[in-house]
Amino acid sequence: MAQKRNSAFLLGYRLYVLAFFVFLAAPLLAAGTFAFNDSLFPALPWQGFTLDWFFNNTEPKLGMFHDRRLLRGLYYSFVIATMVALLSVLVGTCNAFLFVRVEFPYKNFFYILMVVPLVIPGVILGISILVLASTVANGVEETFNYEIEFLRPGISLVVLGQFSFITTITSLVITARLRKFDETLEEAAFNLGARRARVLRTVTLPFLWPAMFAAGIVAFLVSFENFNTTLFLVGSEAPLTITMFDRMVKVGSTPVLNAVSFFLMVGSGLLALLSILVQRDETEA
Amino acid sequence: MKKDITRLSFILLFAPFALWIILLIILPHIGMVIISLREKVAPRIYEFSFANYVDFMQEPIYWNTLLRTGSMSLLVTVLALIIGFPIAYYIAKIAGKRSKGALFLLCLIPLWVSDLIRAFGWILLLRETGVVSTALQKTGLVSQPIEFLYNDATVIMGLVYTVILFMIVPLVSTLDGMDDAMVEAGYNLGGNGSTVLRRIIIPYAMPGIVSGCIVVFMLTAGSYLTPILLGGKNSSWFTEQIYEQFISRYNWESGAAFGFLLLFFTSIVVWLGLKLSGQTLSSTVAKS
Repeated sequence: MAQKRNSAFLLGYRLYVLAFFVFLAAPLLAAGTFAFNDSLFPALPWQGFTLDWFFNNTEPKLGMFHDRRLLRGLYYSFVIATMVALLSVLVGTCNAFLFVRVEFPYKNFFYILMVVPLVIPGVILGISILVLASTVANGVEETFNYEIEFLRPGISLVVLGQFSFITTITSLVITARLRKFDETLEEAAFNLGARRARVLRTVTLPFLWPAMFAAGIVAFLVSFENFNTTLFLVGSEAPLTITMFDRMVKVGSTPVLNAVSFFLMVGSGLLALLSILVQRDETEA
Repeated sequence: MKKDITRLSFILLFAPFALWIILLIILPHIGMVIISLREKVAPRIYEFSFANYVDFMQEPIYWNTLLRTGSMSLLVTVLALIIGFPIAYYIAKIAGKRSKGALFLLCLIPLWVSDLIRAFGWILLLRETGVVSTALQKTGLVSQPIEFLYNDATVIMGLVYTVILFMIVPLVSTLDGMDDAMVEAGYNLGGNGSTVLRRIIIPYAMPGIVSGCIVVFMLTAGSYLTPILLGGKNSSWFTEQIYEQFISRYNWESGAAFGFLLLFFTSIVVWLGLKLSGQTLSSTVAKS
């Protein structure tokens, strides 16, 4: 009797988990599937399969690879995400060494300070950085009559804004990896007569490399999909999310947005897979 | 000599951290507070005043929006916990070794997809001409198209969808560390399912629960896309007010005041949550 009730409970539980994953997948499927619908609207009924929304080069069914504004957005997003990833991995690695290897007063306090940017709402990060950058730029312009271009809304500010919280993510990922490092390996290398820089290059960094790579991919993806912080710092070079949002709200959507969505989902899926593979290889070795 | 090297490496490692936190986090927030405490009295002339905060108090629409954002965010947090906890428990404790990793990865997939695309997907499903409405008409359950968008229930559902992963991930990692023997011992000592859940599993998972709740609450209160896209123009989310003041009206002073108020009130809620649950920031979110 108890057994029976238990298995019924387990079945119900499994159904719940299944329903949850259907819920998770539903909007993604909807966004992706309509990219292949041969219709001017991303809606039912299904009019047949087409790749026009990717490759067609004439209006009204202008495909994403011929849509200049979307392509430009893609390009700016790519540039921004690459810069953010490089910068945040660099600083994240320094932070990892700082918090794992060095003892200093108020370490716990500084560690919390490092985590805080992750929980500050993105909108507030955006406006506060905009306010400071503009104040400084205005001040310099008034006193020295010199325009600091990179403190005005544009790619550089977007990079700084995204960097401000993505660095927390990369720091956490790389710190977790560095904590697992066996320091006797370094000692062995020192005993064998290697210098500091060489030990770092041949022993420590190869161990950290998968985590740095994975952190870089995460940073790239988070930057690519960021909207809230970017919204306030963007200049005339709008990255893809901003371009897509404008279209969605102002023009009304055509399936070309679904094509972009599909493209982004496949792209980020592949990158995520790559980062998992890199980390897995290392743990097995 | 050795001491000098340690000192030097400390300075070299501390410098990037300090630059990052001071220039991009602390100074901008100080700047935001300063700008929120001034009032434009004539073109390009400003005076120190609390006018922006007084405006906020005197205009019911503003603080109503903040209260609404706060209470709806709390609701979303509770819902995400209730819906997410069983999923996390299943992944951590019930699923077999193989399916465990796969399920966890499945949970993470939406994380890699932009908020924008997820909200777009919901729009396609739920709008008047959307998939759900059409399907309901096809099956004859309803005779007219139904608009599921632009109401509070949909906004809450969309927000839960957006943030639930941030609840599940910390829960899975806490529950993963729990020894199954503890649950068995609870049953052996005569506890039933709900006692074991209440007295053993939940207390054990508390750090994960609190950390998930903090992140989910902050993300929800600070979200912008989901309320706007699923709730329409009058979804009255506080971040919309900030955007409106900053970009549409170009009133940076009151926009900065609103930003500070949002940060202040969400921090108070988080602080209260920590006090009530007897946790600290370093035992939950900042746990390494």
